[in-house]
Amino acid sequence: MDGEAQRATASWENGTLAPVDRLRFERADSPTPGLVEGTEPGAGQKSAMFVHAQSFEDLTAEAEGEAQREALLEKSETDGAEELEVLNIASESKSKEEDVSSEAWRSHRKHVFVLSEAGKPIYTRYGTEEALSSTMGVMMALVSFVEAEKNIIRSIHADGCKVVFLTKSPLVLVGVSRTCQSDKEMLRELQYIYYQIVSLLTLTQLNHIFQHKQNYDLRRLLAGSEYLTDNLLHRLDRDPGLLLSAVTCLPLASSARDVVSASLQAAKAKSLVFSILLAGDRLVTLVRKKDQFLHHIDLHLVFNLVGSSSSFREGEGWTPICLPKFNTAGFFHAHISYLEPASSLCLILVSTDREDFFNMSNCKQRFLERLSKRSAYQALKEALKCPSYSVAQVGIPELRHFLYKSKSSGLYTSPEFPVVYQSDEEQERLMGLYQELHSHLHHPTRPLRSFYRCSKTENLLAWVTSGFELYLCFSPLGTKALAVAAANKLMKWIRKEEDRLFILSPLTY
Amino acid sequence: MGETLPRVPKGAKLRSDTWSRPVRTLRVKMVLLGSSGVGKSSLALRFGKDEFRTASPTVGCAYLTRVVHLSDVTLRFEIWDTAGQEKYHSVTPLYYRGAHAALLVYDLCKRETFIRAQVWLKELEKHYIPGSTVIWLVGNKGDLAQDRQVSVQEGQALANDRGLSFTETSALSGDQVSELLQAIAHRVYECIGAQQGGLSEWQETPLVDLHRKGTFNPFASCCKVGP
Repeated sequence: MDGEAQRATASWENGTLAPVDRLRFERADSPTPGLVEGTEPGAGQKSAMFVHAQSFEDLTAEAEGEAQREALLEKSETDGAEELEVLNIASESKSKEEDVSSEAWRSHRKHVFVLSEAGKPIYTRYGTEEALSSTMGVMMALVSFVEAEKNIIRSIHADGCKVVFLTKSPLVLVGVSRTCQSDKEMLRELQYIYYQIVSLLTLTQLNHIFQHKQNYDLRRLLAGSEYLTDNLLHRLDRDPGLLLSAVTCLPLASSARDVVSASLQAAKAKSLVFSILLAGDRLVTLVRKKDQFLHHIDLHLVFNLVGSSSSFREGEGWTPICLPKFNTAGFFHAHISYLEPASSLCLILVSTDREDFFNMSNCKQRFLERLSKRSAYQALKEALKCPSYSVAQVGIPELRHFLYKSKSSGLYTSPEFPVVYQSDEEQERLMGLYQELHSHLHHPTRPLRSFYRCSKTENLLAWVTSGFELYLCFSPLGTKALAVAAANKLMKWIRKEEDRLFILSPLTY
Repeated sequence: MGETLPRVPKGAKLRSDTWSRPVRTLRVKMVLLGSSGVGKSSLALRFGKDEFRTASPTVGCAYLTRVVHLSDVTLRFEIWDTAGQEKYHSVTPLYYRGAHAALLVYDLCKRETFIRAQVWLKELEKHYIPGSTVIWLVGNKGDLAQDRQVSVQEGQALANDRGLSFTETSALSGDQVSELLQAIAHRVYECIGAQQGGLSEWQETPLVDLHRKGTFNPFASCCKVGP
């Protein structure tokens, strides 16, 4: 198995970030000996469903190449402070939605701007693009100014504010944040936004447009889709899947899941590449063409499309969609429909042929017929009633919440938020804490293997091995020893529950 | 219905409605065209389920069906509700080619959508074989008549000028919507149904054997364009 070997090496380098000898030692000490990639709880038995992504590193790898520009960054720091002031004062025009010169607009936690290389506004999270054309002009001027010196601007740090730049020709993405997010986390989010735009248009079309008309107003083509980007930004603040580069599954007895998968597998067609069954934001099953892998970013873009739009509720949707991690050049054609009008079960059939609507519609019928015959549909509907689980089931009193990701399957599991984190602000705060832990574990130069942090409101433990990533949130009264014991206990619980929480036997056509 | 699946028994139900008099069921391909936000999806939802909901913008295209009974024939409308957004325009020919009915929808409170409807008309006329498509101009959002920017006369004049039918509707209140569908049904049956090979017959399970020769393929005449 040549590929296997390669994968393993790659993960030594990028996945675990721990020296090999240290890892060996850890494995010996591990509560579940032999816990290496592919044997951790939740690891698929046959083959991975997704592209074997080096998860976080995979997403930011391209940016890494430019990592040698730190010196420049230091230099521009002081200039940046001034520039930022200028940016805000410069825009005087008032917008209908929000006055971009107002204090309220400025004090948003996180701004995201997308512009063309000609400096034309394409997207802003708050306010209107028209009102920000001069601001974006300044942003582009900064990018060009640094580029002229054969350099790349990466970020500006000033006055509690962080401005992060991502140049993805023909687009430039800029994030302005007041949070304590690292540059790398911000870049990851900007990458998602970039892929969101590509998924609507393809990179080929984007390049083509800007080659022909440098100052083209891309908003014309993105009109009516801004809500997708808005929603994606919202998800980035709240969805652990986007942070972990993983997706979560609907808890379902493996016997029922296998029947659903088999029914989906049987409803195949020549042009069909992926069949995806979702329950809300949770994956029920995914069947793919042999040798074709779906990347978790592409899957999240599909989740975002389906979750953001009500239009698939009323009939069968048929839409071109580019899955940028699969191929930035072309469109797939997705047949998207709910199994029943009021159900949360949504079937997505991804085809290569744009004239295959009726064929896909037929696949759906066959799937439904098969599913209802085999009574698994009833089991599935039962499972929909409790799409999540409470952390109390784990039986660790001081444990409040956790995220567990199996690296080899690209799947994660997490309980519902406990009572102390019921409000949106509290949930986002917890997500922010997880993000912080995540950036410590994935620090580009000084990655940590484990991290324990006490605060007044909660204690946190993060632990990464070659097989999994684990983030735990405890009550603030616990101790480190308790936390470590809890992590071990939790691992055993997940192992026990893995066939319900994960997709262990993914199928291909 | 309860536990039964929604789409499976459709054919069967249809047959039981019509068992006493073996009425033919013909397939009608209908497409809705127009700018973003004029209410195409709302109209389609009225046609399909007689409901109204505020919808998010259509992604790509949505497909619905609706059966209309006429005195001596049943028409099964296969409705293609296209997205008004410009980025999807390159795929729209997929849906209007071979359509028996095309609805050009505009928002009577927005003049630019009326102008856009005329652009769609030009586009349609390029591919149009006279007598093969019933084109209907629809001024929607009649419930907002106080903000009207396009008068009834203007709509009617355009329709007369280009030989189209014209109706003003309100998908929100449902005003004139079912009347419109009935009128389209009659017109399509009169104009196209009588022709040799005008409308194909609906089979109960037309999807089982897609590659059978001679069945209606809505994309049959497509050449490769678009994304």
